[in-house]
Amino acid sequence: MRILIVGAGIGGTILANLLARRLREDLRRGGVTLTVLSASPSHLYQPGLLYVALGEMSPAELYRDERELLDPLVRFEVDPVTDFMLDAKKVATRSGAVHDYDLLVIATGSRTVPEEVPGLAGNAHSFYTEDAALRMCRAVQAFDGGKVVIVMGVPHKCPMAPLEMTFLLHEQFVRRGIERRVDMLYTYPVGRLHSIENVARWAAVEFDRRGIRSETFFNLAEVDGANRLVRSEEGSVVEYDLLIAIPPHHGAPEIERAGLGARGWIPTHRRHLTMQGQDDVYVIGDTTNLPISKAGSTARFQAELLCHNIAARVRGCSMTRSYDGKVFCFIETGRGRASYASFNYDEPPEPPSPSRSIQMLKTLYHRMYWASLKGLP
Amino acid sequence: MAPDGTVIDARGSFCPGPLMELIAVLKYARVGDALVVLSTDAGSAREIPEWLRKVGQQHVRTSEHDGVWCIALRKVK
Repeated sequence: MRILIVGAGIGGTILANLLARRLREDLRRGGVTLTVLSASPSHLYQPGLLYVALGEMSPAELYRDERELLDPLVRFEVDPVTDFMLDAKKVATRSGAVHDYDLLVIATGSRTVPEEVPGLAGNAHSFYTEDAALRMCRAVQAFDGGKVVIVMGVPHKCPMAPLEMTFLLHEQFVRRGIERRVDMLYTYPVGRLHSIENVARWAAVEFDRRGIRSETFFNLAEVDGANRLVRSEEGSVVEYDLLIAIPPHHGAPEIERAGLGARGWIPTHRRHLTMQGQDDVYVIGDTTNLPISKAGSTARFQAELLCHNIAARVRGCSMTRSYDGKVFCFIETGRGRASYASFNYDEPPEPPSPSRSIQMLKTLYHRMYWASLKGLP
Repeated sequence: MAPDGTVIDARGSFCPGPLMELIAVLKYARVGDALVVLSTDAGSAREIPEWLRKVGQQHVRTSEHDGVWCIALRKVK
């Protein structure tokens, strides 16, 4: 049995390590092979980019060698996939190699596409790549007062990041003693401050307390950099001096090129995590088209389920588990406090009041991330 | 009866939620396309038509069956 995982982000890495542990004897005997293909030799701790943009972490803290993160029984190749030939059960890579598989897992993740909004690239700062986060850090440090506008494209990953960035930016302005010279406007695409209703209610109180203004039903139409204006699809126009954007996201370009899913999102069975119409192809993390948060925790919970189901198939067992839509997200709220949202397809999130102890857990998670990639709790 | 148009299955979506799922798809739909949002969130049955009015798109109808709201719309511009 040849298991091939394409993509070595959080989902691909955890799944490979969980499978290596579960199938250790099969891998040692050679009855099963487990291969991970990646575009990069390094693994990036993506949540850390938020803190790089605020000058609180350095990029060097966010990278580890992917080979060292993977179980030695996992074959790892830095050779990005260029084409998927699902009918022949093969993938082709940039080097010209062709990999055959019996079971394929697609974990190619998502990327920002600021070019989807006219004027956004080049006029707005964001924090979804190392370069962008460093540019934003310099812009924030140089900012000495004026209008800060936070805008977001749809869809975007890490749905808590816009609120977290807003709170932490405000905290930085307070720390620097310039908050009275700063007018912060937070915009959001739907009719409240966050998709999750009770997070939105709580955020409204916190915004009032900090003097942060907001405008809802604000979907990015275009940015006029020459006049420092943002226009929304709903007809609103706002001025900015510093524009912070959560750009819209797409899936990986090779997914769309291969015709596996519009804009790189693969139609996925919401319970089995198989690609629609392809029982030998699994999809994990941001790559799915499921209506759930694109977040690291989502990929982690899905990896646990896929490990069980793939191991069952290797052993010829039909006992499979169903994904329940589980997501868990911390919410950094500033002032040394944090909350969290935990939910699934059936149970709505009920975030607790922000506390220092939850913030400590989040800080601890920064350190535990690398251990969690090995499949540890 | 099967829904008429591209189906956005947002059942069980608390975050990003049915409206956000619609926004992500509507941008790439063609003028004249019919879309249907399936949602288990009662709030989206109010919020989606409200947003459609704001952006000048056409809300066709909303129905509910066994706790699933079916919101039909058309991209008109």
